Parts: sequence; C-alpha cells; structure tokens
Amino acid sequence: MLTFVIIYYAFLILACCVAAYYKYRTALLLLFTLLCVSLISGLLFGAEVLVNITICVALLAAAAGLSYSFRESLIQVLPPEGAKLMRTAPLTASFGLLVIIAYVIAAVFAPLIAPFGEAEVVGGSFAPPDDVMLLGGDQLGRDLFSRLIYGARNTVGIALMTTAIAFIVGTLAGLVAAQMGGWVDQVLGRIVDTLMAIPQLIFALLLLTIVGTSVLNLTLVIALLYSPLIFRLARAVAGNIVVMDYIEAARLRGESTWYLITKEVLPNITAPLAAEFGLRFCFVFLAISALSFLGLGIQPPTADWGSMVRENATLISFGEVTPLIPAAAIALLTVAVNFVVDWMLHISSGLKE
Amino acid sequence: MSDQEKKSVLLEIKDLKIEGYSDEKWIEIVHGIDLTLHRGEVMGLIGESGAGKSTIGLAAMGFTRDGCRISNGTVLFDGMDLTTATRAERRALRGSRIAYVAQSAAASFNPAHKLIDQHTESALLHKVNTKSESEEDAIELYRRLRLPNPEEIGFRYPHQVSGGQLQRAMTAMAMSCRPDLIIFDEPTTALDVTTQIEVLAAVRDIVDQFNTAALYITHDLAVVAQMADRIKVLLKGDEVEEAETRKMLADPEEDYTKSLWAVRSFKREQKPPPAANETPLISVKNVSAAYGPVKVLDGVSFDIYRGQTVAVVGESGSGKSTTARCITGLLPPSEGEILYDGSPMPPRYQDRSKDQLRQAQMIYQMADTALNPKKTIGEIIGRPLQFYGGLRGADLKKRVDQLLDQIELEPSLYYHRLPSELSGGQKQRVGIARSLAAEPSFIICDEVTSALDQLVAEGILRLLDRLQKELNLAYMFITHDLATVRSIADVVVVMKEGKVVEMGPKDEMFKPPHHEYTDLLLSSVPEMDPDWLTNLLESRGVDNIGEAAHQKKA
Repeated sequence: MLTFVIIYYAFLILACCVAAYYKYRTALLLLFTLLCVSLISGLLFGAEVLVNITICVALLAAAAGLSYSFRESLIQVLPPEGAKLMRTAPLTASFGLLVIIAYVIAAVFAPLIAPFGEAEVVGGSFAPPDDVMLLGGDQLGRDLFSRLIYGARNTVGIALMTTAIAFIVGTLAGLVAAQMGGWVDQVLGRIVDTLMAIPQLIFALLLLTIVGTSVLNLTLVIALLYSPLIFRLARAVAGNIVVMDYIEAARLRGESTWYLITKEVLPNITAPLAAEFGLRFCFVFLAISALSFLGLGIQPPTADWGSMVRENATLISFGEVTPLIPAAAIALLTVAVNFVVDWMLHISSGLKE
Repeated sequence: MSDQEKKSVLLEIKDLKIEGYSDEKWIEIVHGIDLTLHRGEVMGLIGESGAGKSTIGLAAMGFTRDGCRISNGTVLFDGMDLTTATRAERRALRGSRIAYVAQSAAASFNPAHKLIDQHTESALLHKVNTKSESEEDAIELYRRLRLPNPEEIGFRYPHQVSGGQLQRAMTAMAMSCRPDLIIFDEPTTALDVTTQIEVLAAVRDIVDQFNTAALYITHDLAVVAQMADRIKVLLKGDEVEEAETRKMLADPEEDYTKSLWAVRSFKREQKPPPAANETPLISVKNVSAAYGPVKVLDGVSFDIYRGQTVAVVGESGSGKSTTARCITGLLPPSEGEILYDGSPMPPRYQDRSKDQLRQAQMIYQMADTALNPKKTIGEIIGRPLQFYGGLRGADLKKRVDQLLDQIELEPSLYYHRLPSELSGGQKQRVGIARSLAAEPSFIICDEVTSALDQLVAEGILRLLDRLQKELNLAYMFITHDLATVRSIADVVVVMKEGKVVEMGPKDEMFKPPHHEYTDLLLSSVPEMDPDWLTNLLESRGVDNIGEAAHQKKA
C-alpha cells in the first residue's frame, strides 16, 4: 500500500510540474485540485480513498477516451455534412451519443443479449451475483441483468412514444394558436392553463386510477399531461416567426393555415423543438419510472427500471447496491440525453465560442 | 493644450488584418489597412456592405465581433497597442477615452433604464465624475445637442423619445467622459431625412466643440461629405483610396470611387399622364384606418394607373405603409374603399378571391425577413406558380428558371441555394421574382432599396424599371428617399400624419412652389456638396430644420 501511495503522489506532483512547465492552464488547475483533494481525503480517511480516486479518474479517462475515439471515427465515417456537425461536438456530446446508441442497441436486440427471459425465474430470491446471473437475482429469483436489458426496451420505448405523442399534439396546437391568434389562441391557452394548474404527478395518479393502468392508458395520460408545456414552447417560438414578412407574403397569397404552419413556420422552429424533445424525454422517462415505483405505471411482470428499484428497495437496508443499478441506468440515460441536448442548444443558439 | 498637441496623431492603424471564422476556416476579411487619425479630425469610412467598415471601426477600439480575430498589424491608440493590451487595459479605455455610437440607438439603449442613468453609467464606472456632476453634465450636453426640454428628457425611458432624439441622446452618452475618439457606425442610416439632418448638425457641432476625433462609418456619400475631413473608400476589405473630402469629391482617382459617385445619376423620364377616360387600376377612395383607438389614416385618396409608378413619400409614422396594408387587405379600412379596375375589393384579404390576391403583390423592405430562411430559392419562387397556376414538375422548374433569368440570377447557380447564401441585393431580387411569379398587374414596393447600398439599390431600381416596361406593371413605391423618387416615379404623393398633403406629377413636385412640408422634406436631402449642411444651417437657422421645424409649425 505504501508503494502505491508514494507512486500516486509522485505521479501527481510530476504531472503538475509538467503541466505548469508547458503552461497548460486548465490541466494544471485540474491536477493540482486533485492533488489537494487527495492529500486532505488521504489524511482524513486513509489510503483506501486514494485507490477509489484512482479508479474514478481511470473511469473518467476511459469514458473520455472512448468518446474521443467514437467522435473521431464518426468524423471519418460520416458523409461531409455529418462530419462537419460532429466536429463541433464536445466530448460530452459524443459520450451522450455513445450511451444513447448503446441503450438503443440494448432495447432493440434485448432477446438476443439477455441470457434469460424477463419473467423467467432462474435462482433463489436475492441470489448473489455469480457466473450465471451477472448482477444477481431479484426478490423472485429472476435474473437482474436480463430484466435490466428488457427494461431498456419497455421504459425507453414507452417514454419515446409518450414524448412523441405529446410533441405532435402540443406542437400542432401551439402552431395553430400562434398562427390563428384571436379566440382560437385564447381558448387553447385557457385549456392549457387549466391542465397546468393541477400538480402533474397527482393528476397522473388521479387519471390512472380512473381509467385503469395499461400501457396505452399510461402513454396517453402522460402525453396529455406533458403536451401543455410543449404547447407553450411551440406557441412562443412560432410567435416570433408568424410576424415575419414571409409569413405575411404567404397569407396574402391566400395559403391555408395548414400550409402556413407545416411548410412555413415549422421548419423554422425545429431546432428549439428538437432540444426540448430531448429534455422532455428525460422528464417523461422519470415520470414513468416514478409512476412505476408507485405501482401505477408499467405492471409486473413486465420489467421496467422504476418498478425494479421499488421491488428491490428492501436490499438497501442490507448495504447492497443491487436496487441502485436500475436507478443508475435511469441516471446515465438522463445525463447522456442532456449532454446531447446541450450540444444541440448550443448549435441552434449560433454561438461560436 | 497647445496647437501642436491638438493636431497630434491619436490613432494609428498599421497593416491591420482581420479574419472571420466560417465553415471551419479562418477567412481573411480585412486585408491590411493603414489608417492615421489626428486629434480633432473626422475620418469618413465608406464602402458597400461587406467592405469591412464596421469591422475596422470596432478594431479601432481593440474589439472584434464574436467569431472574428485580429490576425496581423497594430492598432496604436495614443501610443498604446490595443492588439496586445490586456482585456482590463482595453476595458479601461472603452467608454472613457474611446466611445461608440451604434446604428440603431433604439436597439442599443436598455429599455428598462432611464436615459440619464445609462448616460452616467460609464462616467461612474470610470470614476470620471460623481453621479450628480455627471447628471448636470448630461443636461448640459442635451442642451448643446439641442434636445427639447434638456432638463427633463433624460428622465424618460428610451421608448418615450423619438428615434432622432434617441440617436442624439446616444451621441451625448458617448461624450459623457469626453473621449478622445468616437466611432460613429452609420448613426443616421435608420432615420428619416428630416431627422437625419438634425443629428448630423448636432454630431458635427459637438465633435468640433470638444476637439474629438471621429471615425464616421456610412455608405451614404452625401452624408460623409458633410461630416468628414478626410474620406477613405473601402472595397471588400481593401483600401481603394484616401483623400481630403473636397479633393475626393471633386477628383476621385480610382474607377470604383468614380462609379460610387455616379450612382445617383439614374433617372427615368416621367411617363405621359393616362388618358382622361382610363379607369385607374387601383383607386384608393377616402380611406381612413385605425389601430385600435389610434387613427393612422385620415381620408386618403389617390389613383394608380397601369404602367405607372406612384411614389408615396413621408416620414416614418406618416401612414405610408398603413396605406399599403389597407390596399392588400391586411388592415380593413374603417371608412372608404379600395377599387380594383373600377370595382370595389372586399376589405379583408381573407374574403378576396385567389385572382384578386394574385393581382396585387408586395415586395418588402427587409429581404432577410421576407424570404423563408429554410426554403431554397427555387421553392420560394416556385410556390406562387404552384399555388396560382398549378404548375408541377418540369413545367414549374422551367418557369422558375425563366423568372431567375428575368431578375438576372443564373438559374443553375441559384435554384438550390438558401436565402442565407445570397447577398442583400440578390435576396431583394428573389423577392421581386416571387411577386412576379404571381403574374400581378400591380406591385407595392415597401422601401425596397432603403436597406441596400447605393450601387446595389440602383441595380434594383433599373431592374424594376425594365420589368415595368416589359410587363406593363403598376408600382406603388413607398419610400422616404427622395433620390429614389426622383429616379423612378411618375406621380408623387406626399403624406404626413395620415393625410395626403400634396400630390402631383413628379416634374411639378420637384419645382417650387411647394407645400411647406414638401419643402422641408426636399431641403433635408443631403447633397454631395461638402458645404451643403453649413449653407443650409446658415440660410434656415438651427431651429428651422428637422423635428424642431415641425414642432414650430404645429
């Protein structure tokens, strides 16, 4: 252990010096902060902390390296348009893309990847991880790893569909309100106000209790609850477009409202809407997980991450990390999507620095 | 300060090169400019858009826009090189020793604060004055710039004063720390002629009084002739020539400069008046209109005949554009009616038939907002053909190509481009093609040339003139630029405060005697003579120009 500690500090100090000598400001600051943190936590908690820090840093470095090579290879592979876009992507965005692609692959090829079925009982309840069950078993002895893979399919698929419905409804209504103005705008606006006046989760619980829990109902209820937010955004951004002279020119030409909103306005607001889509997707995803956790979402034995957290929650008291794995899957996807959304927002804002 | 100090070199730019970042490459946009400015001297920078005028103006403060960088050369301000100075050093200079007056004062003032609070801000920041001293100074400057009610005007918000007053308040703000150098970036381009003249007089006066050096950036030659001691002509980031104002005006050396000087020569003969029994194509009959409770048009009547151009002139707020909105049906008139070929049209555009809509087309002032940025030129021009004529596929493509030929853009090059890939003049041409595609008999041109450089504007006017001859179109030309009127109109309608004050054939309108408002408008148009402003101020007195003259009469 002593050798490790000595090597650890020697390496950090050396790296600091090199960074300082070659005037890499950011690198120096980062390394020096790390050195200080290690010194303090090492003194407080003993040398084991240093091992953990090393692992964390190594993981981060591995993620960064992976993202970097992923981005560079995309630049090489993609056609010129796409390559140009990718060159503007920060490492975080390419990391996000990579994670999203991994999730999509897991969702699409779930039956091929998962060693067992999603409802198949393999071992004893709360079986510890071994060669057969990579992450151990859940409370009924089903394979946690397989359920995690199937969960990607259910949770992500349903969230995607819900967000898509919310967007179609919200955007269309928002565009119509912005374009027609007058009483149409007023009526739609007040309906939306009413929907937004009731706390979302409680409203969702209420509606699901009334209509019953099925995947279809869940999708429609959450889509209904989220469409007002999209309505407001679409109406606001379209409001800046409908006053443009080219819209006036089209109106004077005698074009129909449908042509105006789909052909003239919509192409101009896709950037903010796409960014909002990513963000909203995360919220919908969390809402479904929350509802599943509360027992009103996706019903057993269908695997989904929200209910997996709930089912295994008892293990927390025994100091096990098992229930945190599906939670981590949720967190990772949310972070990844937000990285990509940030990048898209940056592009659509037109900033160059 | 001794005389020698008064004339010493203040700003010296040497071999300045500036690069802009686009398409993942740094492209040089200013190719090595030298510039020397002495204390108390006014240097005019002129050129068309894209010449690098504003970029050089900003570089004189050691500043570049987002996505630009100074790649070479030095900017010596009073001995200090701004290209190598630290951020803090440059910040200390800006506002206190170098000030900037932007084109649009309305967009540059913070609408949430009173004028005087914004005025005193830089003086306080640079610790030149205390708040109360600075306020007193502001009032003094407002007085010198002849703003009405100097004691009170500073305590208003930006939206509560007129555009010309705001531009003068901004000049006053630039003077708040008594800078050595002021950069004026097209300070009067967005203003009416009658307001412009006031701002010009005020700027010239104050620069003179405080021995301030100035860089005056503009594309209006007549304006720069009044303001500058020396003129530097720029073209695409290169210097064309530099000389004393009088020499430059009298005897330009380079061909490009000569062509700039010759622009104002385009003039079309007035057409013979229509036969007495001809029905007017469009007849505006006694139209009144209001936005809510505010009446903006009051009994406006005039006729437009086939093949003729009617120019509607007046200041902003005079109801020119509102008249156009009434004709197109965007704003139904509260009284009166619009006749098309002798028969009344429905007041609302929604109630008009496709054919009625087709007959009256519009070309807009800002080509940027008049073309959908997400559609290709082919789609933009093709849509009216598709919509009115039902053309598809190869027929459509052929007709669009014809139209592109008509507006002198090569079809194979421009068909698939987006508006953002076109220059201002080209965009305006596309706007013209879109209205032609509807095969109208009447086109409303709303300030179509006022956002363009003079060379480009002349090209547009010639194009419109040619199209009128070929297609026997009637134009309603809304403008505040009397040079445009002179070149293209047959009939002139002068509007003020929603009323027609004078109307008649062009040749009569430009000869005295005038209605006094027409006279004010005509006399406010800057001329190329460098003594024009001085003479005008002498003959009319400072209180008889611009807004002051209005208020006196009111």
